[in-house]
Amino acid sequence: MFKELWESFTDALEGLGSVVHFLFRLLVHSPPALLRFSLISQQIFNSGAFSLVIIMLSGLFVGMVLGLQGFQLLQRFGSEEALGTAATIGLVKELGPVVTALLFAGRAGTALASELGLMRATDQISAMEMMAVDPIQRVVVPRFLGGVISMPLLAAIFSVIGIYGAQLVGVQIMGVDSGSFWSQMRAAVGLSDITEGIVKSIVFGIACSLIAVYQGYYATPTAEGVGRATTRTVVTSAVVILFLDYLITAAFL
Amino acid sequence: MRKSRTLNLGTGSFVLLGFAALFFLTTQTTSRGLSWFGPPHYEVTAKFDNIGDLKVGAPVSMSGVEIGRVVKIDFDSNEYKAVVQLRLNERYDKIPVDSDASIYTQGLLGGKFIGLTAGGADTYLKNNDHIDFTQSAFVLENLIGQVLANFTKSKADDQQNAAAPADAKSSGDSKPNADTKSKEKTK
Repeated sequence: MFKELWESFTDALEGLGSVVHFLFRLLVHSPPALLRFSLISQQIFNSGAFSLVIIMLSGLFVGMVLGLQGFQLLQRFGSEEALGTAATIGLVKELGPVVTALLFAGRAGTALASELGLMRATDQISAMEMMAVDPIQRVVVPRFLGGVISMPLLAAIFSVIGIYGAQLVGVQIMGVDSGSFWSQMRAAVGLSDITEGIVKSIVFGIACSLIAVYQGYYATPTAEGVGRATTRTVVTSAVVILFLDYLITAAFL
Repeated sequence: MRKSRTLNLGTGSFVLLGFAALFFLTTQTTSRGLSWFGPPHYEVTAKFDNIGDLKVGAPVSMSGVEIGRVVKIDFDSNEYKAVVQLRLNERYDKIPVDSDASIYTQGLLGGKFIGLTAGGADTYLKNNDHIDFTQSAFVLENLIGQVLANFTKSKADDQQNAAAPADAKSSGDSKPNADTKSKEKTK
C-alpha cells in the first residue's frame, strides 16, 4: 500500500516537472513565434473573440447580482452609496479575473485541448515532425500565446460589463444616486486594485493556456484519451486558478 | 484572402474592445478619472471652514432634488478655508445670490453632499459667482468630543453641587419620608 502511495506521489511530481519543462520549451519558442504574428492573431480570434459572448453575458449577470445583493446588505447600514465601490472592488479584484478564467478554461481551454489531442490522434503532429516542422513552434506556441493575450482583455471586458450591470440594478432599479455611485467608487478604488486584477488575469491566462495545450499535446492518441484530456483541462484549470488566486491575493495584501 | 480579412477584422475589434475596457477601468473607476461632459451648466464657488470627507463628484441638491455636482475642491491658504467649485445645471438658473450652502451626510455613514437653501434676494447666481453663506460639515468625531466634554462637565458640576446640601437633605428628610410612606402603605 505504501508502495502504491509513493508511486502515485512520484507520478504527480513527474507530471508537475514535465509541465514546467513544457512551459520552458514554450517560452524558448515564443520570441521566434512572435515574428509570425498572423498565426497568433488567428488564435486570439479563436480563443478570445469566440469567448466574448459568454464573457459579456456572464459579466452582466454577475454584476447585476452584485448590485442586488450589495444593495440589500448595504441598505441595513444606510450606506447604499457605497454600492459602486463594493461592486467595483469585487469585480476588478476577484470576480472579473476568476470567473473569466473559469469560463475561459471551459470555453477556450477545452477547445485547445481537444484540437491538439485530435491532431495527435490523427498523426498530424507526427507528420509535421517528419517534414522537419517543429510542431511546438508552429502549432502549440501560437495557441498558448493567443490564450495569454486574450485572457486579460476578456477579464477587463467582464469587469466593465459587470460594473454597468451593478449600475443598472443599483441606480436604475433600486434608486441609488448615480453621482454617489460613481464618485464614491472613484474615491475608493485605487490604481493598485486595477493592477492586482490585471496581474491576476495575466497569471490565470498563462496557467489556463499552459494546462490546455499540455493536456492536448500529450493526450493519449485515442478517442477516449482526447476526452480525458479535455476533462482534465477543466478540472486542473479550476483548481489551479483558485489556488493561484489565493496566492496572488495574499501577495498583494 | 477574403477569409483572413474578416479574421483580422474580428481579432482587431476584440483587441480594441479589450483595451477600451482596460482604459475604462484605469480612468473611469479610479480617482485619476477624466471629468465627463454633462448638460449645459454654470459654475459657482463656496468657501467652507471644514468640508469633512466631501468628494469631487458629490451631488449638490436643493429641497432634496439634485441640481448639480461638486467639480473641484481646493484649499485657500490665505484664509485657511476649503474652496469648493459647484457645477449647476443651467435649467436651475434662478437661485438667489444670498442662498446658503451646507454640507450634509447621506444616511448615517454615507458620503457627504451639499444642500443649498434659497435666500430672498432678487438677483440670481451666475457663472463664477460666489456663495457667501456656508455651513461646515458635521464631523462626527467633533460632535462626540463635545458631547463627552459636556457630559463630564455636567457630572463634575453635579458632584460639586451635591456635596454639602445633599448630605444634610438625605440624612434629615429621607427617614421621615420613608416613615410616611410605610404608614400610607399600612393604611
